[in-house]
Amino acid sequence: MSETDDLIKQYEERLAAFEDRLRRIETANSTSDMERKLAPKSAENGLRLGVDVGGTFTDLLLLDEQNQRFFTAKVPSTPDDSSIGVLNGIEKICQNAGVNPSDITEVMHGTTVATNTVLTSSGALVGLVTTQGYKDVLQIARSYVPGGLGGWVIWNKSLPLAPLEFTIEANERMEAQGKVLIPLDEHSLRIKLERLLTSGIEALTVALFNAYANDAHERRIAEISQEIAPDIPVSTSATVMPEMYEYERTETTVVNSYVRPVVTKYVRNLRNELKRRMGAGITLQILRSDGGLSSAQGAMDKPVNLLMSGPAGGVSGALWIAKQAKFNNLLTFDMGGTSTDVALVQNGVARTRRETRVGDVTVRAPSIDVRTVGAGGGSIAYVPELTKALRVGPQSAGAVPGPATYMKGGEQPTVTDANVVLGYLPSDARLGGDMLISHDLAVKAVRSVADALGLSVEAAAEGIIRIVNENMVGALRLVSVEQGYDPRDFALIGFGGAGPLHANALARLVNSWPVIIPPGPGVLCAYGDATTQLRNEASQTFVTRVADIQNNEISRMLKELENIAAQALIDEGVPTHQQEILYQVDIRYHGQGMKLTIDVKPEQFAQTGVVGITQCFDREHEQLFTFALDAEHEIVGLRAVVQSREKNFVNPNTQNDGSHASAARMHKTRIFEEGHWYDAWIYDRTKLQSGNQLMGPAVVMEMDSTCIILSDHIGIVDHFGNILIWPEGHEKAKE
Amino acid sequence: MPAHIIETNNATFNRVDVDPITLDIVENALRNARNEMDAVLFRTAMSPGIREQHDAFPLIANEEGKMVVGQFGSFLYGFMQGYDGTIEDGDIFVTNDPYSCNGAVSHLNDWLMMMPIFHDGKLVSWAAMFGHMTDVGGKVPGSLPTDAKMIYEEGMIIPPTKIYRGGQLQDELLNIMLHNTRMPEWNKSDFFAIIAALRLAERRVRENIIRFGKDTYISAMQNMLDRNKAAMGAIIQMIIPEGDHKAYFEDWIDDDGMGNGPYKIACTLYREGNVARFDFSGSDPQSDSSINFLLNEEMFKMFFGAFTINLFDPQILFNDGFYDLVDVYIPEGCILKPKKPAALSCRTHLLGRIFDLMGGLLGQGAPDALNAAGFSDSPHFMYSGFDKSGEWYQLFQIGFGGIPGRPAGDGPDGHSLWPAFTNVPNEFLEAYFPLRIRKYATIPDSGGAGLHRGGNGITIAYELLEAGEVSIHDDRWLTYPWGVNGGEPGMRSNKTLVRSDGSKEKIASKCDRIAVQPGDILYFNTWGGGGWGDPLKRDVELVRKDVARGLVTEEGAKRYGVVVMRGTVDHTATQKLRQTMTAERQQTPLFDRGFVSIDELKQRCLRETGFQPPTAPVFRAQCGLT
Repeated sequence: MSETDDLIKQYEERLAAFEDRLRRIETANSTSDMERKLAPKSAENGLRLGVDVGGTFTDLLLLDEQNQRFFTAKVPSTPDDSSIGVLNGIEKICQNAGVNPSDITEVMHGTTVATNTVLTSSGALVGLVTTQGYKDVLQIARSYVPGGLGGWVIWNKSLPLAPLEFTIEANERMEAQGKVLIPLDEHSLRIKLERLLTSGIEALTVALFNAYANDAHERRIAEISQEIAPDIPVSTSATVMPEMYEYERTETTVVNSYVRPVVTKYVRNLRNELKRRMGAGITLQILRSDGGLSSAQGAMDKPVNLLMSGPAGGVSGALWIAKQAKFNNLLTFDMGGTSTDVALVQNGVARTRRETRVGDVTVRAPSIDVRTVGAGGGSIAYVPELTKALRVGPQSAGAVPGPATYMKGGEQPTVTDANVVLGYLPSDARLGGDMLISHDLAVKAVRSVADALGLSVEAAAEGIIRIVNENMVGALRLVSVEQGYDPRDFALIGFGGAGPLHANALARLVNSWPVIIPPGPGVLCAYGDATTQLRNEASQTFVTRVADIQNNEISRMLKELENIAAQALIDEGVPTHQQEILYQVDIRYHGQGMKLTIDVKPEQFAQTGVVGITQCFDREHEQLFTFALDAEHEIVGLRAVVQSREKNFVNPNTQNDGSHASAARMHKTRIFEEGHWYDAWIYDRTKLQSGNQLMGPAVVMEMDSTCIILSDHIGIVDHFGNILIWPEGHEKAKE
Repeated sequence: MPAHIIETNNATFNRVDVDPITLDIVENALRNARNEMDAVLFRTAMSPGIREQHDAFPLIANEEGKMVVGQFGSFLYGFMQGYDGTIEDGDIFVTNDPYSCNGAVSHLNDWLMMMPIFHDGKLVSWAAMFGHMTDVGGKVPGSLPTDAKMIYEEGMIIPPTKIYRGGQLQDELLNIMLHNTRMPEWNKSDFFAIIAALRLAERRVRENIIRFGKDTYISAMQNMLDRNKAAMGAIIQMIIPEGDHKAYFEDWIDDDGMGNGPYKIACTLYREGNVARFDFSGSDPQSDSSINFLLNEEMFKMFFGAFTINLFDPQILFNDGFYDLVDVYIPEGCILKPKKPAALSCRTHLLGRIFDLMGGLLGQGAPDALNAAGFSDSPHFMYSGFDKSGEWYQLFQIGFGGIPGRPAGDGPDGHSLWPAFTNVPNEFLEAYFPLRIRKYATIPDSGGAGLHRGGNGITIAYELLEAGEVSIHDDRWLTYPWGVNGGEPGMRSNKTLVRSDGSKEKIASKCDRIAVQPGDILYFNTWGGGGWGDPLKRDVELVRKDVARGLVTEEGAKRYGVVVMRGTVDHTATQKLRQTMTAERQQTPLFDRGFVSIDELKQRCLRETGFQPPTAPVFRAQCGLT
């Protein structure tokens, strides 16, 4: 398409948007202002905005469902106060789209603010109230020491996030069955609490033993605390995580308190700014670790659910874009500078787990089952003197000094340097990115490893890439094979700064085809933010043998949980008829420690009851672990998940612009593969058209990412701007 | 007679060149496979011992049975030499008999499963795993009777037996095994969990062979063994002086539960050329009770290697390759090489103490790298009986204590010295067993004072809610976890039973079948870790924080020469106290054991512990020794 065509297209889009705006202003005028303030703006007709704040760029995506269009924008991030970047972005995208900020009804936001608070140890000073006899619950933790035999020699435990000197004990005790064994001694507690609340703590956690069975004492202590110090936020363990296991519940609730003041401030500021620009009716929603959306208030109350908000945006975005391209089974592969996140999506649903891990901190909060390995572009390669093995990572050159090739003082060889040596990251072509690349420094760095191994620089670089790929294959295995899935049944979608460089090679190792390289890795997260549904869940630990329980009793409990979970959506303006309900039953063989979560629709549960659940469990147990037992089944927990119905939004460019991609060619280059140099073309991603075919080896560059198509592979540009990479002659490539 | 391996493919392997990158990739693939084995096992096993506490250990070996990845060294080579029968595709072997596998497993509770992996008609690898079964029959619940005099009292003995034959489970054999335990459901699930892990290893090995080719895969394994040998060769040269500079160290376990002790284990270490020699001459004789530890020499080599190589290349897959470079001599009839049919079930104390011994031996050459004595044990708490509704309950639990002060820093409080072990959540215990945990806390001052503080032990208050029986296996109630480089010893262990009428009984460190009634509370107090370095040099502010955190008392702070009054440091008094203490003390020894001699220790035993001192063990004729 020529530049003139582009301009015409943009003009038409603006015109359409303008008309659309007029239409909406007319309908809005017929509604009184009063009503608009009371009810949140309807999610059905308004514009939805997805916002992803990354380290370098803030990406935005504006969805106009009514007109089946979308717009994207990219602005520099403002790390000191990210809301500035967000507002700049909103300004820009509204300009692009020709809409008023006030036309936007919903803003969906994935944020790393909770994650970063944990990673940089910059959270609140947390006070903790435990049951008498349990003040050391975080100090002892699970007694686990990482590493192999002798691992204790080098391991230092990090300090609890609620320091012991700010931990007090309440004289009270619940039984495992929920009966009060020792009533709460309010008098003595009040004295201790008054001292604690004036000692400088910024947040309080109340985590009592067996509170998952009865949280009356926790609630009472929270009340007393609020009486004494109304400004100190209190998190109670049974509210944050109503499940068994005292250490995990306490830790989770403490982490909630730890990130709460920072997250609250951030969300409140952002909401206020958005209201100022867009009107009081704007709805701000935050993406949760499990891929669902939380209201702004929910995010401020339970920020522990946001620890994986960032990666969840990537997975959701990958899922959304792949669904448009009709791929429902996916391995997502998000490779950044220091680490790589992978996840598995089956039948259009990302697998979730009941646990979130950030740095040293592990909490029991549901999250998309994203596995992280310490392998990224900055991972450092080295050769231990004694064993002469080639090791890559987990140490990373980070942003400073960074890979040698970036000329910021780094000298140790990294994965990025190896990519430069091999020509995968061309040093002689640049497209708007900020990073200058030095081929010589990359070679110099990699040579140190090559000399130690007695290999050529190219062979050593290729070795570094192969080893880092192997580490990432390990992560892909964890989410696929270890869970009983065959990676050959999945497509691999590669994103993040370095994902598109390695995706082809990884797919070849695990046989997942095609490789999907979506356009604009940052925008992908914003896609995820904008297209995610509102979701809420309510759960309860309920340990009982299947033989001891009636269907109608479980049915009643699930219905109660459903009502609790649904209320939050109703409050957010999602009426009952737009809600989808899913029950989840955690179940195992009596005596087992693990549990499997069985999903069941309410209608189905009404028909097959608990027996249906146990049969489902046996099947899944067999699939995962190769055997089932004739042992008694035991229910461990019940959960109701309620979410708003999915939005379908398609905007394909169905026009086929021919297979020849010569218009996008920039110039020739050389890349090294399997011991040989090959000639290859460098392509400009922005000039690729639907239907173009790229023969490997080829390098495709765009502003913030570079994609490699290996020899004997072919990249085909689909209607959505994705590059689909297949082995040449693959039977499915023609479909 | 060596086993007869039946292969339908007679082709031989060719050792081929494997480029270093491919080698590292095979290494990673095997590492992943092993982690996956663990993951499958922990998820599907039922007994809290395996599932929550992770008392199970996998390995993958090459076709000769040499361990290439794993933790506990390979016994497969020995098994292949000693097994009188065929090894065929589809076979899986089970054994729990320490005397049939030269101590590869060291008590009957550990069920060891070994699977030859065939590919294309040829034996290409082995996978093996053992796990601790909660109960394997015998005279007491838990199958760990302190007072057993022969192994036959400790449960059913399974010699190496094909539990799968041609891929078919031998149900009748499994039935016999399960009929001989008090917890058949747990054992059955644990059994199948181990099988599932082995099958997973088999799949991974075959995938690797398809990916790299048989010869490359086999050669890569051999190269990995060679690589370990080269690395360990260098380490041995580095840390063990040659010839006359013999290092000697001794340590003890306190008693055998039958009134004898302490039992000394002693070792001399020196190097001859390339070879490190560990000589356990001087160790005490085997016991009449079940505390004997049949120490497999290969396993000891593994402990030694894993312990040291960590410091140089923690990412390496540790394996059997260096075994020729280490020579281990253990005299027959001593407590580390008891003769059949000596009882073995309670070997856990010696298994742990070996690590203190090794630390003390190796550290003498490099005091800066020396750690204090730590929680070198896995003390057991067992509680069983019939509840009010007539249902059998049986709990087996491992306790944790103080990690020692180390060059790296303070020892964590109440943690595990064994890899992978975790405690069982108390809410889980209360939901499933008739007990309440009234207190679960660290014991202030139990960690040895030092520049780096030893970790504190734990006190667990078990309130027992049903009439039943309690058994306990613990140690270090008499000798102390020693401190080093000026650090002080940690506090010893002790147990008190408070009856529901308020009366108190001191409970011995090792005992079986104590009758308990509803409302009785058992205080199970584990020991702390030794301190590292001079406590008078510890930062005063750190000591103040320890006090504020309840980890050290104000009285205990005085061991650091720090005076704390109502939470505030008195700096003048502190300075004065530190001066006085510095002036008064003798030259600090490398090791501070907390006693002058065993005799001296025994003299104060009754006064300090409430128990009569044990009697010195003697060698007896029936051991075939004089």
